[in-house]
Amino acid sequence: MIPEIGHFALIIALCIAMTQGVLSIAGAARDDHSWMAMSRPGAQAQFMFIALAFACLAYAFLNDDFSVTYVATNSNSLMPVQYKFAGIWGGHEGSLLLWMLMLSGWGYAVSIFSKNLPLEMVSRVLGVMSLISVGFISFMIFTSNPFDRLLPAAVDGRDLNPLLQDFGLIIHPPMLYMGYVGFSVAFAFAIAALLSGRFDSAWARWSRPWTTVAWVFMTMGIALGSWWAYYELGWGGWWFWDPVENASFMPWLMGTALIHSLAVTEKRGSFKNWTVLLAIFTFSLSLLGTFLVRSGVLTSVHAFATDPERGLFILIFLLLVIGSSLALFAWRAPRVGLGGEFKLVSRETMLLTANVILVVACGSVLLGTTYPLLLDGLGMGKISVGPPYFNAVFVPLVMVLVVVMCIGPFARWKQANVADLVKLVRVPLIAAAICALVVPFLAEEWKLLVSVGLFMAYWIMFSVIANIWMRVSMSTRKGSVLDKLKGLPRSYYGHNLAHFGVAVTIIGITCVSNYESEQDVRMEIGDTISIGPYVFRFDGAQEIQGPNYTASQGQIYITKNGKFETILRPEKRLYTVQRMPMTEAGIDTGLFRDLYVSLGEPLAAGAWSVRVYYKPFVDWIWGGAVFMALGGLLAVTDRRYRLARREAEEPVVKKASSEADVDIKKGLGATE
Amino acid sequence: MKARNKRFMFVVVGLSGLAVAVGLVLNALNSNVSFFYSPTQVQANEAPQDKTIRLGGMVEEGSLKREDDGLTVHFNVTDNLKTVSVTYKGILPDLFSEGQGVVAQGKLDEQGGFYAKEVLAKHDESYMPPEVQDALEKAEETKKQQMSTTSLMQ
Repeated sequence: MIPEIGHFALIIALCIAMTQGVLSIAGAARDDHSWMAMSRPGAQAQFMFIALAFACLAYAFLNDDFSVTYVATNSNSLMPVQYKFAGIWGGHEGSLLLWMLMLSGWGYAVSIFSKNLPLEMVSRVLGVMSLISVGFISFMIFTSNPFDRLLPAAVDGRDLNPLLQDFGLIIHPPMLYMGYVGFSVAFAFAIAALLSGRFDSAWARWSRPWTTVAWVFMTMGIALGSWWAYYELGWGGWWFWDPVENASFMPWLMGTALIHSLAVTEKRGSFKNWTVLLAIFTFSLSLLGTFLVRSGVLTSVHAFATDPERGLFILIFLLLVIGSSLALFAWRAPRVGLGGEFKLVSRETMLLTANVILVVACGSVLLGTTYPLLLDGLGMGKISVGPPYFNAVFVPLVMVLVVVMCIGPFARWKQANVADLVKLVRVPLIAAAICALVVPFLAEEWKLLVSVGLFMAYWIMFSVIANIWMRVSMSTRKGSVLDKLKGLPRSYYGHNLAHFGVAVTIIGITCVSNYESEQDVRMEIGDTISIGPYVFRFDGAQEIQGPNYTASQGQIYITKNGKFETILRPEKRLYTVQRMPMTEAGIDTGLFRDLYVSLGEPLAAGAWSVRVYYKPFVDWIWGGAVFMALGGLLAVTDRRYRLARREAEEPVVKKASSEADVDIKKGLGATE
Repeated sequence: MKARNKRFMFVVVGLSGLAVAVGLVLNALNSNVSFFYSPTQVQANEAPQDKTIRLGGMVEEGSLKREDDGLTVHFNVTDNLKTVSVTYKGILPDLFSEGQGVVAQGKLDEQGGFYAKEVLAKHDESYMPPEVQDALEKAEETKKQQMSTTSLMQ
């Protein structure tokens, strides 16, 4: 009974989405207030029904209702309760339902937090989001219904894939989906602007916080995915340039370009066309990501069994969305008009350059990811593109990007003075160069690549500090340095924190790629192996019993310079239902290094093959992402978005430009 | 310089920069592509010897042997028509087992054996890499054709 209610709720949600989507957009076009008034309640009702459907599926999972096919294939009565719940999105059908829950949740949020937006704008935004919902709900109902019944019902479930029975499954997919789906709001704002022809700073100001929040989720989602793969897969890698990873990385790169471009549109009214195009591309790449992951057209280490028919549906949907929005863009863009002018050396140029680099980086990832598909389609053989390609293209691009990142924030809007700029950039540049040459000597050995990597990171960090110092020394506020620091806007701190995070990630990547040590060895009981100051001793393995698995648990005794450091207990599990083996690594996490041990296979007489890894600074990779995400959150809570709501009805264009003028008069004023 | 010349210079610099970038990207792409071959293709000498390739098929039942060092393994990869023997040193992924699909990356030696640098992992027992699926289907077709020709000859 309960699953049928869920199924029915989905159908009702589909009907509401269709009606509301059409009425909202048509109402806005005809300026019909009674039609437009439908959009907020429509979006809210949609969310209620999708939430109801989600609750029904959750009920089926938690009560082990194995008469539902999806539950029977992704759960088991012995599974711990938290994994039963996370099992909702452990497979394809439930993932889609989670997608929909998030999409309607974003719609609900827009309907709540848009009190000060013109009704016309709100109804267009919600209308576009509802049309996206229509695509996804019908996809779910017609090709992948999570509520399909299994007759006769299974006695017990087939269990969730053991790799997914982990804390990572509970948080990674929801975060990532929040990001993917969140970009639909930015997309909807862009389409709404194209439909209305109203492009002004107010539009950018409305869409900016939404885009940033989506970007924050995406950042965390990708970082969590990388961290999860690192500790769960048992081979210690944190990024493989695998199609499934690239699928999430491409919208992130495009989204990063988008939030920077939105900054220019809001502050200076420039780049409007470009911003709209980026918003369309970002969401299109989110859809493309879903297609690549769900269709199984590419070989991926993260791929689960898939169904090509579903891929076709998403492909058609994808073409429809991209095609219609680009057509709309081509039709409307000439009317958008140019914003404020700027000179060759200016903040605008810097941001534009950063944008182009990010888009090129995204394009190169896209090329590497889809090139195998292209060749296969042309019948020119089956190929795969390896990580060396991505590294060869990506690393130089990031280097150029760092240069722009370090100089850009010092440049003034409109026109910057080159001599002033050189004076400001010089100090952090030289300081970074000196530190980058000296610091690697503290490590085991000096390497050119380490110096280059650290130079990038230090330059960013010192630039951030120098930039804050510049703002403080220019501040007209009275009082101590602390007061002046308090006076700076939160969004300014947000951008600096995010840039700082990039530096932290670069340090992590540089150190782990150059100083890590990986050894696969055969270890008998009592055997030792040493890496640097650490000595690993294998003390044998014993059988243990888990809730739904049995495991061999090894014990590794680790000393550092002869003193006890820690004991690691990696496991080789055998999940009883699927008879599927799985490696659970033993990791000792530290601020400056991870010690990582995982069991291979049992050999004769209590010996095992063992992976012993030493991973310096690996946690900094994800730590940097946390800083980036926090930076995004800080930026969103900036005062001006709260003020902006009150002033939304005023002609903000004028105000924004006069604000910028004030900054320029202040001297080297950098608004953010 | 006149404004027009300046703009022209700007365009030229931009375009040449773009051309260099595209050239580098395509070069990087070409030198880092590895082709996929099935055992039948390898036995027909279609695969190059000094380049990294991917070999895919099923791990033949009963072919997995481990050397005394505990790390070097030998196994056969088959598409049910031809087989290639593979040597790999290292720890195999969890879901590697006989009778399962596998993709290995490495190089061929002169004797037609394959030295795998990497054995690709997968997350799901029922997941079959699309290339392997394709290779198996092709081999199946060839087999059928051969069978029909032999039955015609009889």
